[in-house]
Amino acid sequence: MSSPIRALPPADDPFPRAWWPRVTMVLVAVYVVYACAQLDVSWERVQTGLANAAHFFGRLFPPNFTRWELLLKGLLESLQIAVLASTLGIALALPLGLLGARNLMPAWVSWPARAIVVVARSLHPVIVAILFVKAVGFGALAGILALTVASVGFIGKLFTEAIEEISLKQVEAVRATGAPFFSVLGYGVLPQVFSRFIGFATYQLDSNLRNSTMVGIVGAGGIGGTLFAAFQRFDYDFVCAILIAIISLIMLGELFATAVRAIFIGNATLADLFRRGAGGRRDRLVEDD
Amino acid sequence: MLTLRHLSKSYVPGKPVLQDIDLDIAARGITAVIGPSGTGKSTLIRCINRLVEPTAGEILFDGADLARLSGAALRHARRHIGMVFQEYNLVERLTVMENLLCGRLGYVGAWKAWRRKFPPEDIRRAFELLDVVGLAGFAHRRADALSGGQRQRVGIARAVMQEPKLLLADEPTSSLDPKTSVEIMQLLADVARSRGIPVLINMHAVALGKRFADRIVGMSGGRIVFDGPPANLSDDVLKQIYGGEDWLDE
Repeated sequence: MSSPIRALPPADDPFPRAWWPRVTMVLVAVYVVYACAQLDVSWERVQTGLANAAHFFGRLFPPNFTRWELLLKGLLESLQIAVLASTLGIALALPLGLLGARNLMPAWVSWPARAIVVVARSLHPVIVAILFVKAVGFGALAGILALTVASVGFIGKLFTEAIEEISLKQVEAVRATGAPFFSVLGYGVLPQVFSRFIGFATYQLDSNLRNSTMVGIVGAGGIGGTLFAAFQRFDYDFVCAILIAIISLIMLGELFATAVRAIFIGNATLADLFRRGAGGRRDRLVEDD
Repeated sequence: MLTLRHLSKSYVPGKPVLQDIDLDIAARGITAVIGPSGTGKSTLIRCINRLVEPTAGEILFDGADLARLSGAALRHARRHIGMVFQEYNLVERLTVMENLLCGRLGYVGAWKAWRRKFPPEDIRRAFELLDVVGLAGFAHRRADALSGGQRQRVGIARAVMQEPKLLLADEPTSSLDPKTSVEIMQLLADVARSRGIPVLINMHAVALGKRFADRIVGMSGGRIVFDGPPANLSDDVLKQIYGGEDWLDE
């Protein structure tokens, strides 16, 4: 009757019951129900909301491009904010990211550098933008400074992590030749992280483009201010035109970022961008990562 | 040429990996260090160019005690010591030419090196050396596109680019197949002879050591237990170095 398998002591169960994940899932489910009740999220609310939404979306169309000069001016300002903030942010994040790498720097250097990066990351760009608007006044300068801080926080952290993952064997070999510190950086460290760094930088430019269309809502320059004003005046057809323009800008930025990666990482030519399918291209970029 | 006096190293206090090593390396010839895994062969080699910090002792080389150098003085001493690694340790993303020129980084300023402004003489020698190690035409290949044997040839060429007065090799053939291993050992022997420099190699393959080395140093338990010409390396000595005897029946 009793097979040898059943005779195994409980400790030899091949799939031990994991109780904690189950308990956690139940707790999360209970909290979701509780939060819905607290926030008065009910089916009736959703129904009236949907009716409202239909009305609003009806007024968005057709988009109204008659004030295209205002639109273009806002877009160009957003673009300038994004490019300037990315450039400044990358320039600051590079040394900070390097100083924060614990495998190359002593603790008394890496901890302060990491602390700066953590502070730069901890606040959302909109909150930082509000602070800078109060500090330096309305306009693009506040937007540039806010997005610079965001860039430092993002790239600084990723760059530090990239450096901490490099192969120290290659660094050791360069050190063994008697190379001075900056040559070790240039020949042992940088080649290992360069392509990833280009990836981070282009991603940050893309992210800054999106954020630069938003900081205007709090008065920090760019198309966001125009968008906010159009909302408040219920000019929904103009709002629609602005949204279309923003989407186009982001798509152009995406194309530009891909081109930059292709040029710098050097495993795809510009012609490849148009010849190849997106899947094939991504594979090659990942392979080089 | 190179003299080690009372060299000791403990990674953990009280558990020495190297104990009181005394060793004299003559101005030329190949010395092979053999011994079981974990007996401190790699640590010994790495102490010499201070990739590992010795705990105590002296490393007399070229009129200075390497164990006491630091900063620029240590870097200047390292320029004269070439090193070949088990896993080649090439900079994978750089070209073969850039990897060779890494051997000149101790002589060329960082600013010039970043802009790839090496003296024409260095570049001429690099092309020459590529020819010598059998990799002519590979200058612009990226290191990660090479096979193991080719990488180790680049590793040797990089070390020779330093114009070293001493060549260290840390298990240079352990990641290679038997045929390539012999070719790499032959290349190291050729370099040692043609440049008249001493080579200190630590290795696992006793047969390769016997075939190419002028002198064998056997280590066991962090100490030197044999030192002599390959001909004196009897089965009894091997038993003493590696322990046991079953493995000798080949």
